[in-house]
Amino acid sequence: MFRFRLDGRSGVPPYLQLVQQVRQALLLGYLRNGDQLPTVKEVVGGLTINPNTVVKAYRQLENEGIVAAKPGQGTFVTAEVEAVAPGDHARLRRSLERWVRDARGAGLDEETVTALITAVWNDVRAEGVA
Amino acid sequence: MTAPSPEPALEADGLGMRFGRSWALRDCSVSLPAGAVVALVGPNGAGKTTLMHLVCGLLRPSEGRVRVFGEDADSGSSEALARVGFVAQEHPLYRGMTVAELLRMGRALNPRFDRGLAELRLDGLGIPLNRRAGALSGGQQAQVSLALALAKRPMLLVLDEPLANLDPVARRDFTRTLMSAVAEDGVTVLLSSHVIADLEAVCDRLVLLDHGAVRLDGAIEDVLAAHRMISGPREAAADMPGVVRAVHSGRHSDLLVRAGAEAELHPVWQEHHVGLEELILAYLENPVVTR
Repeated sequence: MFRFRLDGRSGVPPYLQLVQQVRQALLLGYLRNGDQLPTVKEVVGGLTINPNTVVKAYRQLENEGIVAAKPGQGTFVTAEVEAVAPGDHARLRRSLERWVRDARGAGLDEETVTALITAVWNDVRAEGVA
Repeated sequence: MTAPSPEPALEADGLGMRFGRSWALRDCSVSLPAGAVVALVGPNGAGKTTLMHLVCGLLRPSEGRVRVFGEDADSGSSEALARVGFVAQEHPLYRGMTVAELLRMGRALNPRFDRGLAELRLDGLGIPLNRRAGALSGGQQAQVSLALALAKRPMLLVLDEPLANLDPVARRDFTRTLMSAVAEDGVTVLLSSHVIADLEAVCDRLVLLDHGAVRLDGAIEDVLAAHRMISGPREAAADMPGVVRAVHSGRHSDLLVRAGAEAELHPVWQEHHVGLEELILAYLENPVVTR
């Protein structure tokens, strides 16, 4: 059964953390079409989290068409989709690997790399808006 | 989980409480939806316990009114009393009584008391029913208090500093029992706490009290979305509207501002994520700015 984690220091709202973990698990193949997600009670017991938060996360996943609730049975993964086409995924990963190696070679640590990515992401996104 | 009813679980309207010449709570108006888990935060003396005692009908308001599921909290009717469960500070129990005796007493005093449910819960936690309450650990005493309050089958559960004096494991276990009760019974929860960390996963609403007044009230997510932490040149700080807290250092200023995503910020300002703890502390450190 799929297990959720909760990072109290990430700054990402708890419900969104749950949503992102399902999306990510789908992308990485840890979750597949037909897999059952833990029940709200199971998540609450495991994570000590507000059940309303879990319900909210599941509702959002339903709205996104990633999962569907079957009454009396539970919540199941229904998505086949891969968010990124396999070819694009592999190509982007290769170019990122080159870049990360370069960054490591230049002495950047993980924190700096993450900060740089966030900064560039914001700049590029701002270009699109302007 | 039961579907939340449209009627608010708790509605305070111009609520005030005066002890002698000083107001412990003044002009408090909040509306809490059924099914919510509400964190009541604020420094010592902010009025948290007073508000909770008013909600439980232990105090009669000096002005205004407070209603629990539509009925005045101080009406004293057995119906109103049965609807609210209260776990007081430091989880007081009759220390000389065994857990089983406490449960029997709960059964005798409360019409809807579910003793079987309480026994099942305590058994699941490995708490011996034949042990005297005074001989239990602090965490176990807290669990017994919670089990007694939940066995009343309340619609609203009020907990005054339930996590204080508990070690981290007992704190997690207590919170887990509480969250399971929310999942199973759909009980609405109002809990006060000094400990702000970890509240974000447990609570979905926040009421921030300070000096007897409500400073913030809303869904935690909305409250966070309505604030931004920004840093930039000090000379630009003077013109910034909605500043909750400003920290100046040399030519540079860090500001917490009340501004949602719709507000356009000048590009000199760099934006950072706002955490719940940081936000609450900023409000408490700066009592000048009001809502």
